[in-house]
Amino acid sequence: MRHHALRACAASIGLLGILTIAAHGQQSVAHIGSVTGHAAAGAHEYRRYCVGCHGQAGDGAGENAMWVDPKPRDFTAAVFKCRSTATGTLPTDDDLYHSVSRGFVTTNMPSWEPLTRQARADLVAYIKTFSSRWSEGAGAVIAIPPETPVTMESILRGRDVFQRVECWKCHGPAGHGDGPSASTLTDSKDNPIRPYNFSSGSRFKCGESNQDIYRIFMTGLDGTPMPSFADILQPNEAWDLVHFLRTLQPISTPEATMWQAWLPSHASELKPLGQDEGGR
Amino acid sequence: MIERFRRGAKRNSQAGRSALVLAGLLAMALPLSAGSASASGPPSNPTSRHEYAAYVLAAGGTLPATNEFTLDSHAAAAIPAFARKYNMSCSACHTAWPELNSFGQRFKDRGYQLGNDRDSPIWVNPSYIPFAIRTTPGWRLERTTNQLVDDIPGDPSSGTVERTITQSGFDISGADLLMLGTLYKNVTFGFVPTIADGEGVGIEAAFVRFDNLFQSSWANLKVGKFEMDNMLSEKRGMMLSSNGAFYQSYHFVPAGDGTSFGLGDNQIGAEWLGHSDNSYSRFSLAVLGATDGTPGLPEGKSYDGMMTASQAFDAGSLGLQRIGLFGYLGHRPTVFETSNGDPVPGTGTGNKSFSRIGATGDFFLGKFEMLPFVMHASDDKDLAGGTQNATWNSGLLELHYYVSPQLVFTQRSELIRMSKQADPMTPKDLGNINAFTFGYRWYPIMFSRAGLAMVGELSFTKTIGTVPLSGDGVGTDPLTPGTPVRSTSVLLAFDFDF
Repeated sequence: MRHHALRACAASIGLLGILTIAAHGQQSVAHIGSVTGHAAAGAHEYRRYCVGCHGQAGDGAGENAMWVDPKPRDFTAAVFKCRSTATGTLPTDDDLYHSVSRGFVTTNMPSWEPLTRQARADLVAYIKTFSSRWSEGAGAVIAIPPETPVTMESILRGRDVFQRVECWKCHGPAGHGDGPSASTLTDSKDNPIRPYNFSSGSRFKCGESNQDIYRIFMTGLDGTPMPSFADILQPNEAWDLVHFLRTLQPISTPEATMWQAWLPSHASELKPLGQDEGGR
Repeated sequence: MIERFRRGAKRNSQAGRSALVLAGLLAMALPLSAGSASASGPPSNPTSRHEYAAYVLAAGGTLPATNEFTLDSHAAAAIPAFARKYNMSCSACHTAWPELNSFGQRFKDRGYQLGNDRDSPIWVNPSYIPFAIRTTPGWRLERTTNQLVDDIPGDPSSGTVERTITQSGFDISGADLLMLGTLYKNVTFGFVPTIADGEGVGIEAAFVRFDNLFQSSWANLKVGKFEMDNMLSEKRGMMLSSNGAFYQSYHFVPAGDGTSFGLGDNQIGAEWLGHSDNSYSRFSLAVLGATDGTPGLPEGKSYDGMMTASQAFDAGSLGLQRIGLFGYLGHRPTVFETSNGDPVPGTGTGNKSFSRIGATGDFFLGKFEMLPFVMHASDDKDLAGGTQNATWNSGLLELHYYVSPQLVFTQRSELIRMSKQADPMTPKDLGNINAFTFGYRWYPIMFSRAGLAMVGELSFTKTIGTVPLSGDGVGTDPLTPGTPVRSTSVLLAFDFDF
């Protein structure tokens, strides 16, 4: 009899919890500028556009997940790569909105920019219903100081940073994503993951501007081996690194132009990267 | 591009079709002018369909429009090959397939590219091939009033009377093989053969497209046979029944008019398409051969032109609202070199023009979609077989209610009204059309690999004095001018796409 009572009590509490979460879910909102997204509306959009990969339960186990690499985001874990907030914290609504709008060029996640702003905001609100962690709120947005001037000195200092903080171990000496550690990398769900290949010319996962690259260093990509360097790099060093990384990309940038003009006459002055004593 | 259900095989051969048009044009050039022939009216009691056809040829150079129309197959379709390639559900690109949503429109505008590395022809899942198939087995009923039949069956000399013809049974539509994909980054191909029992294989579409020329989304060039950039796409229509599968406005020509053209028909030519990054702003300019999409060189030396432009607006929680304009200017020759009295193909001169201009909308109120369409059309008197230009107006309103991505209810109301007949003696309302369709599409299977829709549809058409465009029944005009002909279609079918 006592066991039955306990079971009934536990069931009631469980049901209450489910209802509370469901109610919370339906009340979840997202604020994107002047637009307020609502989870209830987002549920319809999610079913139409997202459920195939991210799954009905938001756990990244949709019908397509087995075919997709990298795997779809597990929203129940509430761990997100692209944030403007410190590592280990939740992203802002704007961060999620921009991720939905921009897509991730090196994954199956497309840009959903053709959807209305309201639809995208609704989706953000709905995504936040999959984890109770959202009750703690988004982390504080990191400050990004003004970009330092693009100079050869800055690029060369950035090259030193690339060597010192061992970016090359994953991304490779030439930025081809083929460093000695590349083949061993896994994400937080133990799925193999590839470091970014700068020579691919594609935009970065979390944006394409210099500010976006800076932000990636300082926030890290949570759930991946890419850590935050906020405790290691000073802002000016981070900007130097941004300027150097631009020279690894086969796209037209001021940094690349400057580098290509300088390099032929100075190549012999550079120590090769990718060794313990590499760099200038 | 799935063929709508239709009564029997009525696809004319290209040669036969060309001969038909040429014969009609020649007839107009003869002393037996089109106008006088029209004024004389049809044989009061034609003894055979051949006699009636001879009358029509003399009157306007054409058989009833249905024969021209049924050359063409329908509906582009959803393409699950893309769903398989990108691992996305049908509903990502379609409001309810085959109609595109804003995301699918941008995907198409970008040359079937999402803009990520999955676009590359070499980045494909092992299961992927750029190939999909669509067909629709089902049961249907067609009922058409005022059809000419022998008074005594089997006795052509017994005279002709009007009766209602009703047919029903299981049937299958034609099948579409949809092959579209990327040849290289920003180089797209499309090849869509259609198969219809008794009609062989046709080429619905075959084109190559160069996307993002000069690294601009405003510069995309497509060459080949393709659907024009109609905002209200007939190739992606939700309705499939004999009467409901096509927009009457896209194929209507006045009684006695010999113009071979359908706004919904795929055309052969070159199209310049531009769009903003999110495809909210779009335009197209096309130069097209004057063959109405039939492969082969045209009878004359002229080209047609088409322009479209549309703009979408973000209306917040209501959804995306789009308005668009279009214009088509075509020419057809009226004078030919002859050999032994027969017109020589390709020598046509004396071009006469026809035009279609109009506006389209695509408005959402949450789950409710409204698609209004208005058009003004004009055919030169020499094409229309009369003494003055024929003009008419048409309008339609199509409604979709999306209960969910897997269930949609549809309704369409369409009117066509003649404003001026080519022959002033012709009753003004001859050819007028009222058409109404009600339907639903339920998608019990909608995955990223395939789709199945269960379709139910009821469609009514009333045409004044002429055979319905669907061509059901015997496929002839009524005996008495001005008699309304009512045609009804019922369709219960499985529309599947793999």
